[in-house]
This record gives sequence, structure tokens and C-alpha cells, in this order.
Amino acid sequence: MEGNLNMVGYGLAAIGPGVGIGLIFAAYISGVARQPEARSVLQGIAILGFALAEALAVIGIGLAFAL
Amino acid sequence: MLAAETSEEFHAPGPADFEFPPIFGADGFLTKPMLIIIVGTALIALLFYLATRRAGVVPGKLQFAGEGVYGFVRNQIAADAIGREGIKYVPYLATLFVFIAVLNIAGIVPFAQFPATSRIAIPMFLAIISWVIFNYVGIKRQGIGGYFTNMLFPPGVPKAIYPLLSPIEFMSTVVFRPITLTLRLTFNMFAGHLVLLLCILGGEFLLFEVQGVIGFAAGSVSLLFGIVMTFFEGFIQLLQAYVFTLLSAVYIGGALTHEH
Repeated sequence: MEGNLNMVGYGLAAIGPGVGIGLIFAAYISGVARQPEARSVLQGIAILGFALAEALAVIGIGLAFAL
Repeated sequence: MLAAETSEEFHAPGPADFEFPPIFGADGFLTKPMLIIIVGTALIALLFYLATRRAGVVPGKLQFAGEGVYGFVRNQIAADAIGREGIKYVPYLATLFVFIAVLNIAGIVPFAQFPATSRIAIPMFLAIISWVIFNYVGIKRQGIGGYFTNMLFPPGVPKAIYPLLSPIEFMSTVVFRPITLTLRLTFNMFAGHLVLLLCILGGEFLLFEVQGVIGFAAGSVSLLFGIVMTFFEGFIQLLQAYVFTLLSAVYIGGALTHEH
């Protein structure tokens, strides 16, 4: 069996951003459910938060291949 | 186990699949990503030229599409993230959005099938342009002293926190912003392309090399999943173009406003 242990580490590291992105979209969904007319405002904010949280996962996969 | 049944072993796709030899000659500059960039740029220029050539009050189909894209960047990105002043930056942001979107979508277009933005040089170059622009407008608006004072010493914070906060603010604004812009786009495209390669090449290997009932069943599922992932990739590619443009706009907007 061949492979790279880095990938196991990346899997563990991706838990954090995964939880973070889940929390962001959970807040977005409950916000839209409570106030459907606020959708367009919340959408930009949710995607912005998603992009910032995702940066950690993306740096992780970069380092998993680079190191 | 698979290796025991077949003569040929399956090689999992990896970073080596992102290296292309030159198309002409041994040391030519024209590789497949390069060709995608040239064709993509020509396509964008042609489409926007045709869309604006006979611009009328009642738009034609192409003009409507072009105005739709431009209006999306203006209303959903520039106006939201920068405000009324954002109109001035719409040409840059629209160019950025369309360029990244076209290069990303090349990843699921038949025969191209490679997202040129997964080569790190392209997002890096775009991120450097964004970095120069938002620092330039910030310094131009607030003066070089004011810009760095506002960045390093944000008001409304207890003075004792500054030794801790200022280095973090400096690193995050000046150093990490272009780096995360680059890495986010590059590795989203990289990972997405890797998943597609794994599903489709793996499915092909199972169908044609392993064969038998197991190979047929697993290969079919793998190929079907590859089709599903292709559509999901298309969504991700547009979303990442939007995210890159939105973050550039947010950085420009942040540099333009004083907080005090």
C-alpha cells in the first residue's frame, strides 16, 4: 500500500474549517428562515465568511502537497 | 488486490498530472494551460466586442448577456462591498470576474478540461494586481501615514492590546491577504480537478482493465459520480470566481473607508 501520511493529517486538519463553514451556513439558513427578505444581504456575508474559513482548509491541502 | 487481478496497476492522479510538456518543440513556452489562457482571453474579448458593437436601447441577445454579467459585478459585488464609490472599480472587477470564471470553466469544457487557474502563477499574478490596487487606493485616499495608522491602530481598542494587535493586523492585511487569495483559488481548482481525474480515470480503469462484475459495478458508479462531480465543479468554479472578485472588492472598500 502506498500513499502519503500528509493526506491523513490533512483530513484531520480539515475538520476545523468544516465545522466553521457548517456554523456559518447554519446561521445563514436560520437567518433567512426568520427573515426571508434579508436573504440578499445575508448571502454576500455568508459567502464572505465561507471564503475566509475555507482559506484554512485550502492552505492545509497546499501544505499537504508541498511539504 | 486490484493489482493481483490485472497486469497493469492503477496510478492515482497526483500533482504530476498538472505538468504539461510544451506543444511545439522541447523548450517552447506554449503549454496547454498557456493555450487555454490565450484562447480564453481571445474569446472574452470577442464576446464583449460583439456584445457592445451595436449597443442599443433595446438590447439584443448578446448585449443582454454582456450587460447581465457586468450588471451582476456592479450591483452584487461592487455596490455591496464598496458602496457608491465602487462604480469606479467595476471595470477592473468585471475583468477579474470574467477572466477567472472563463479560465476556471475550462476545467469542465470538453477537450480543454484543465482549469488554467490551478497553475499557481495565474492566481498569484491576479492577487498581486489586487494587492497593489487596494494598497494604492488606501494610500491615495488616507495618505501613507493615515493609511498605516488606521491599519495598525484601529480605533476603539484598549491601548494595552496594540502591541499584540498591530503585528497581527499588519501580517493579515499586507502579507496574508494576497497569499490567501492565491492559495484559495489555486487549490480549489487543483483539488477539484484531482477529484474529477480520480473519478473518471478510476472508473475507466475499473471498466476496461479490471472488468468482471465488480469492475463493471464499481466502474459505473465511479463514472456516474464523476458526472455529478463535473456539475458540482462547474458550480464551485463560478463560486470561486465570485469569491475572488468579492474579496478584492472588500479589500478595496476597506482601504477607502476611515474608521473613526
